[in-house]
Amino acid sequence: MLAVTAIAFAMFRFVGDPVQLMAREDASIAEREALRASLGLNDAIVIQYGRFLGRVVQGDLGISYRNQREVLALIAERAPATLELVLAATILALALGIPAGVLCALRPNGVLSRLVQAVSLVGISVPTFVTGTFLILVFAVNLQLLPSFGRGQIVDIGGWSTGFLTPSGRRALILPALTLALYSTTLIMRLVRSEMIDIMSTDYIRYARARGLPARRIHFRLALKNALMPVITVTGLQVGSLIAFAIVTETVFQWPGLGLLFMQAVIFVDIPVMTAYLLLVALVFVAINTVVDILYAVIDPRLRERAG
Amino acid sequence: MKLHRTAMSLGLATLLCGTASAETLRWSSQGDVVTLDPYAHTESFTASVLHHVYEPLVRRSRSLEIEPALATSWEIEEPTRWRFKLREGVTFHNGNSFTADDVVASLERLMHPDARARGNISGIARVEKIDDLTVDFHLEGPHPLLLNELSGVYIMDREWMEEHDALAPGNVSTGTTSYASTNANGTGPFVLDSYRPDMGTVMSVNEEWWDTPEHNLTGIEFRPITSDATRVAALLSGELDMIAPIPLQDIQRVESADGFTVEQEPALRLIYLGFNFNEHLHAMPGEPNPLLDERVRKALWHGIDHDALRERIMRGNSRTVGIMVAPQVPGYEESIDQPYPYDPEQASALLAEAGYGEGFTVKLDCSNDRYINDEQICVAVKAFWERLGITVDLTTESRSTFFPKVDRGETDIYMSGWATLPAMDGFSVLHALLATRDGSRGGNNPNGLSDPRIDELDVSAATELDEEARRAMLAEAFRITRDKAYYLPLHQQPVAMAVREGVSVPQFADEYVRLWFATIGE
Repeated sequence: MLAVTAIAFAMFRFVGDPVQLMAREDASIAEREALRASLGLNDAIVIQYGRFLGRVVQGDLGISYRNQREVLALIAERAPATLELVLAATILALALGIPAGVLCALRPNGVLSRLVQAVSLVGISVPTFVTGTFLILVFAVNLQLLPSFGRGQIVDIGGWSTGFLTPSGRRALILPALTLALYSTTLIMRLVRSEMIDIMSTDYIRYARARGLPARRIHFRLALKNALMPVITVTGLQVGSLIAFAIVTETVFQWPGLGLLFMQAVIFVDIPVMTAYLLLVALVFVAINTVVDILYAVIDPRLRERAG
Repeated sequence: MKLHRTAMSLGLATLLCGTASAETLRWSSQGDVVTLDPYAHTESFTASVLHHVYEPLVRRSRSLEIEPALATSWEIEEPTRWRFKLREGVTFHNGNSFTADDVVASLERLMHPDARARGNISGIARVEKIDDLTVDFHLEGPHPLLLNELSGVYIMDREWMEEHDALAPGNVSTGTTSYASTNANGTGPFVLDSYRPDMGTVMSVNEEWWDTPEHNLTGIEFRPITSDATRVAALLSGELDMIAPIPLQDIQRVESADGFTVEQEPALRLIYLGFNFNEHLHAMPGEPNPLLDERVRKALWHGIDHDALRERIMRGNSRTVGIMVAPQVPGYEESIDQPYPYDPEQASALLAEAGYGEGFTVKLDCSNDRYINDEQICVAVKAFWERLGITVDLTTESRSTFFPKVDRGETDIYMSGWATLPAMDGFSVLHALLATRDGSRGGNNPNGLSDPRIDELDVSAATELDEEARRAMLAEAFRITRDKAYYLPLHQQPVAMAVREGVSVPQFADEYVRLWFATIGE
């Protein structure tokens, strides 16, 4: 985490000069100098970094140059949008990826499964902004079925704003969630497919077949259940990257989440927001990795014995 | 657990059923309002949106002339003391009445050392209340641009600021944020209902507005959309009534769609090339700088085919210029507004005369995300100049790194733009671009341009109260600039917006959106 803050901090020295974008067009040099000094941008980078760390330890991430609001409040305000989007995308990826993977494993040469595999190549190779723009063109402009941007109507519950509770909120979620889910869906589908194929050729499946158990029971109770273990791991890690890489999807759909916040911070050289965002993403990854490690130990007793 | 619907009616649900309320105008732009605190930012887009809620003492009319708003009249009592009569019977959105106290408190808040927008006014020493509807502005010296500056100063309510502990402006450096950053209480034609950064700002009509409305709106929904493609798609899909500005590359597509119109005109923003006037060029260290020779600069001007730039790159939507300000801006004079004609032979002759018949090497620096088609223009300019035998080393980069580089004087030739905002006066060009750089002037003259006559004009125009004489001084400075080719003005870039059928909104060259002139018909 410390390394991330240091790298982020050093990196943002090169993204540009916030004062240029903050000051008026015809600000005099003296005015700009004063602004630069008051932001502490004239100090040595080590001093700036030390000051930054000191504040972070106290839970103060500073004030956004662009919005002039507390970064922590901004992030708290935006987090629900991103988390809901990621949640929807994950569910969508699982709901589409698992059945598709099973289908491809069970009927590897069927027309449908070949089609699914061909489409999945698109999911991996076409960039997100292209699929996003394409979906907007088809469903918003041509068919006029779904909104092209925003979160629709949202409801505040305590500090959390949710779009799940209104029809327009749910409708607004469909296209961005689909766009974001595309990559994970493909990944999960391919994983399920290869795991299933492996498992279907193991002895216990053959034995179960020999005993005459119904195919449905073999496929779903025995084979799929075992094939899902790695899927859970991968899904967990995918959630982390979905949060981190929702940037493009959020920009295309003007989804007011963390990714959009970060994107605009970059455009505006809003260093406090950029640093805080990277910090948060690093934190999410660290947390997810830890949880996954713990889960391994819970699931696989052998790991526990070795450790003990 | 408390559960309440936000006041934000985003209109999507109703729209999809085909029953959108006809008189709420839904519009989008690329950027969002950065803060609702009018003195905590210096961004003209934010100022433009806030103008619907807040009002200044004087404002711009449909033709961008200054006209009375919260002040009804003014008098220059002494060169350093202006007296303003305030409008009677004006109330803020919270019901408080508007008085001289509010003007004094607002100006004090704006002149607070922490106010980012403090630079938008200059030379005001103090503001004095004479009676409830009269205030005196005491100035540090004669100041002809006072009204121009006041047209950007929105008046806030003193009681409201006191009540919400917002008497000090928000400030990044000191970590100050206040109630006024996310709430607003003005006297303007619209009342703020809700504000959510990057999601939208919703306003409803102010029934108590002192002025006679020229619009027929009941509300405004502003929803920023960063992505160009999405913004255009949202208009075409019927989720918006208007996008301003519309990306140039999408103009044809929107025009060819049924039920939409695109309006465009030249904006105040003038795009120009700036030169390095230092001893050496960065491209040729140690050798004399060819740009110091007037003939070389003129040759560069003669070498650019402005008509081709306009037709091929700007798709006929820009206006070719010879002077550094747009026609609407005081100081403009038609006789100076002639570009040097495209004449490669003349250009080569001038170069040969200056001793650069074999050409020279120069760096050209441009942004690629700040002005309309900025990168393409620079590529074309490079091609024009290379035909003259000059080697042009072109670099384009994002504005966030480009402008600091220009400001540090690390460029030989660079592209920039100037709109004279917020003052909307030629003095802004004279003072920031032409005057020799020192602490307080020449803020955008980074490369050592220095002309004693122009500096004299800068000093005298700053305090000249006789408008005719003042404009003559500005014009003289612009004439010198053109004659010596100190800068190479390229064009006025266009401002364009798209509306759906039935929506009528006048467009303004200063790129402000003024929806109190908007109407929605059937």
